[in-house]
Amino acid sequence: MITLTGVQKSFGANRVLAGVNLTIPSGQSMVIIGGSGTGKSVLLKCILGLVRPDGGQITLDGQDVTKADRDAFLARFGMLFQGGALFDSLRVWENVAFRLLRGAKALPKADAREIAIGKLRRVGLKPEVADLFPAELSGGMQKRVGLARAIAAEPEIIFFDEPTTGLDPIMAGVINELIREIVVEMGATAMTITHDMSSVRAIADRVAMLHAGVIQWTGPVSELDATPDPYVQQFIHGRATGPIASVR
Amino acid sequence: MNLATPLAALFAAIGRPVLAALTSIGRVTLFAGAIVGHILRPPFYLREFGQSVLQIGWFSLPVVGLTAIFTGGALALQIYAGGSRFNAESVVPSIVAIGMTRELGPVLGGLMVAARVASSIAAEIGTMKVTEQIDALVTLSTNPLKYLAVPRVLAATLAMPVLVAVGDAIGIMGGWLVGITRLDFNSAAYLKNTADFLEPWDVGSGLVKGAVFGFIVALMGCYHGMNSARGAQGVGAATKAAVVSASVLILAANYLLTEVFFSA
Repeated sequence: MITLTGVQKSFGANRVLAGVNLTIPSGQSMVIIGGSGTGKSVLLKCILGLVRPDGGQITLDGQDVTKADRDAFLARFGMLFQGGALFDSLRVWENVAFRLLRGAKALPKADAREIAIGKLRRVGLKPEVADLFPAELSGGMQKRVGLARAIAAEPEIIFFDEPTTGLDPIMAGVINELIREIVVEMGATAMTITHDMSSVRAIADRVAMLHAGVIQWTGPVSELDATPDPYVQQFIHGRATGPIASVR
Repeated sequence: MNLATPLAALFAAIGRPVLAALTSIGRVTLFAGAIVGHILRPPFYLREFGQSVLQIGWFSLPVVGLTAIFTGGALALQIYAGGSRFNAESVVPSIVAIGMTRELGPVLGGLMVAARVASSIAAEIGTMKVTEQIDALVTLSTNPLKYLAVPRVLAATLAMPVLVAVGDAIGIMGGWLVGITRLDFNSAAYLKNTADFLEPWDVGSGLVKGAVFGFIVALMGCYHGMNSARGAQGVGAATKAAVVSASVLILAANYLLTEVFFSA
């Protein structure tokens, strides 16, 4: 279980997170929604230690993440980045098997390649893709490779940063389905940040809305449409008028 | 009239860039220290090191060789023209050899490698930063400094003396070619004169300079790449800063090393 208590982060005068309180239960898929620039990615990076929070506490199974053994902590995570973040200089299978080829538990090259090809198959890519470079793939294929890399080491917790951004609706649907299937089959804890409502409905067990640096609303996805919260209602229906100020 | 306000503004105008410069020096020093500290500690990324040796060393050979041959030739012409004013044309072989090995080989080689390698390292790492590849490395339990910077800095430090040695030989050959074709030197006499006057430390000091310049080139490329701002403009600025700072530091280090090696 991941617990965030009063997490704060500012960049200069810009206060992005103003005291975020959130619990992500083990084995559940939590989706964080919110407008662009509301700090969703910063929140995710704070949990991973890529950004240091100014205040508050983040715990994983009761242990403060800032005091945990860093390698052991990160070994429990997989992450799909918004743009894929594949390493240009490495072949697709080397990207997928990156963690498997390094560290104390490094596998022989042939074994790592076999696992990588298995993971590529799992995300719907043919083995021939394994020897290509990321620049030779389409955006949708890069997302799939990123997903294969995120699950390659069978992590307990997987983060998805805007998994459908830049994809056409059909490919977005495919990626959403894949994420849901993989999270369920691995029994992993998932945290996704998105403003794509089709992703929310496809992926989430629970939803939290981040606005003005705090969690404005959180609850099961089944209650999302019925909640009277005006912020959530404005966001999910894409209304220009409401409590969330829009820039015209 | 109250002079305090314009005086304070003057001090602030001087102080801000001085503080910024000191901050940068401190950051670069810490960055360099961290890299040196990681060189002997596992894990070692041998594949990345090998690729860096190829990129920095092998693929820089043509540009270093071309620079050296033209410099050696021009140096022979200049020394001949200058030496003829006091009947000292015969010093051409020895001065070309000493000039190439002590100064022009390492300095021009370093500057050419700075233009070619510091820019490419800064652009590559800067692009990795803005496309979140460096964040991805962290989430995959890999230290970006160790994986990206250490192999490049080590490769440049070891490859640069080899490039300098090759550049020295080609530069001396350039001088010899001009000497025998344009200045009427006897080939055997030219080569004997070169060998007689050249001392091991002439070559050795240039190789040490080469190692220092290689370290500077890769350090600046990695530092500016890892501190690149977002977007294409940020990567462009990091690339420019890497080349300019590497070039200036090479010239400054060259003066300091020359003082240390030859001032006595």
